[in-house]
Amino acid sequence: MEIRQSVPDALSVRDIGVDGKFEMNAFERLLLRLDRRWIFLAMFLAVAVPLLCGLTFPEKVTPATKVVFDTIEAMPEGSKVVISFDFDPASAGEMAPMAAAFVRHCCEKKLKLYLMTLWYYGPPIMEPSLSIIKNEYPHMKYGIDYVHLGYKAGYQVAIRNAMSDLKNDFHVDHYGTAISQIPMMQGIDSLRDMDLFICPGSGFPGPQEWVQFAAAPYHVKMLIGSPGVQTPTILPYVPQQVIGMIGSVKQAAEYEQALIVKQPALKNRPSATEALRRMGPQFVAHLLMIGLIVLGNVAYLSQRSAGVQR
Amino acid sequence: MKRTLPLLIASAAGLVMIAAHFFPETQSWGDTAGKWFKILAAAALLLGGGNLLKLQLQEIAAQKPGWGYAAITAIAFVVTVTVGLLKVGVHPLEQFPEYAWSGDYSQNGSALWWLYEYVIRPVTTTMYGMLAFYVASAAFRAFRAKNLEASLLLGTAIVVLLGRTYAGEWLTQGISDDSPWSGLRVDNMTSLIQDIFVTSGTRAIKIGIALGVVATSLKIILGLDRSFLGSGSGD
Repeated sequence: MEIRQSVPDALSVRDIGVDGKFEMNAFERLLLRLDRRWIFLAMFLAVAVPLLCGLTFPEKVTPATKVVFDTIEAMPEGSKVVISFDFDPASAGEMAPMAAAFVRHCCEKKLKLYLMTLWYYGPPIMEPSLSIIKNEYPHMKYGIDYVHLGYKAGYQVAIRNAMSDLKNDFHVDHYGTAISQIPMMQGIDSLRDMDLFICPGSGFPGPQEWVQFAAAPYHVKMLIGSPGVQTPTILPYVPQQVIGMIGSVKQAAEYEQALIVKQPALKNRPSATEALRRMGPQFVAHLLMIGLIVLGNVAYLSQRSAGVQR
Repeated sequence: MKRTLPLLIASAAGLVMIAAHFFPETQSWGDTAGKWFKILAAAALLLGGGNLLKLQLQEIAAQKPGWGYAAITAIAFVVTVTVGLLKVGVHPLEQFPEYAWSGDYSQNGSALWWLYEYVIRPVTTTMYGMLAFYVASAAFRAFRAKNLEASLLLGTAIVVLLGRTYAGEWLTQGISDDSPWSGLRVDNMTSLIQDIFVTSGTRAIKIGIALGVVATSLKIILGLDRSFLGSGSGD
């Protein structure tokens, strides 16, 4: 009589089946009982080796990225742009290259930058972008071409207040200088006076709050940068409330590629190719994931075909 | 009165915010309510910090299993608050040298800056980076094509994983964008999945969430939902 027993977990399976014996070959036994530390080691090597070897790939600029690039490219010189750095060190791996690319592109176009953050980790996160402005675009003067408005507490209330009346929350910049003494803040009553909003953000508050409290009610022009896991939550807003979005480090790499096409000298600048360098580890890691999924299913399907049911 | 007053405050604040959104004449009321919110949030932060410290100290005093972690939490909390509030290692501003605390609390080289650069940043980055390892392990152990839905999910995952790398473009580079088969290019399939399936599904979820938020907010504003008062029973 054929015996069928339920298997509680594929990785803790015991030898069962017809007549109480299930003959697994060595490969199936290896797959089903693989210690997950081997997987961890494989993932470590998949990320470390391409990074250390400098593996990169040519990136093709997709239409979604081109929309973002063309939006900034079409801004006239001197346009006022708010960039809100709403991410923390945890997501900086994906977001920092994105934010740097936005800042670099705006500087290339000689736009007026109003930099701020809604996260308490924001000010240190903004330092690399500020270094880009100071080191690569020394002609840009603080207070005339760019201003650091600092961290604004209050989550979405800060956005709401800033869109309504700047004097509600913005009294001094990050360095303690009164707003009234900063030339580029003259005549700015609220953030509605801005020509473009760029929000590289992850989590709360972030792109969603900017859409809900700025883009949707006031119909301002907005571009979003988000990590891969948050991209699906922002997609519904494209293209009505949000003109375009850079979602994940892949699109950040495409954006960097677009900037390099515009200015080839950036190719030799490490800070301008951060996302491109991350595509090598991503390539190998994704192939590893696919391989693990396939292997896991090979083991599972061979079990099923041998007549063991869950 | 102990329960009625908070209910009245919540209702009034909610109604003011709604009015401020729809009637421009009342917009300044909403701005004022926003300022009150920030003051209350700061007070809530103090309350939260105090509660955190109290819970950790209780665990240490009771010597519960794992009380060492509570000790680490308490020490980290006290040290960070102390160095931040006292501006440890912060040099005064050049224009105000006589005021010892005139410098920015997060000045480069200060103790708080050091904590951020060498403790918070590597720890948070590591926590987030570990996800890659656990996802890989979960992919091997749990992603099984048990039925049609699971198989579709697996296939979609593989297409998107390929599409997010150069591998996707390389595999189907022989199919030109003008070809009638261009929809089979991995990068085009990834865009299709994202633009059609993901967007429509997420849009539906967001509408559902928004309706739920509206319903819950109305219940709170009208005093029907009193769970925020902290008691399980209503009056």
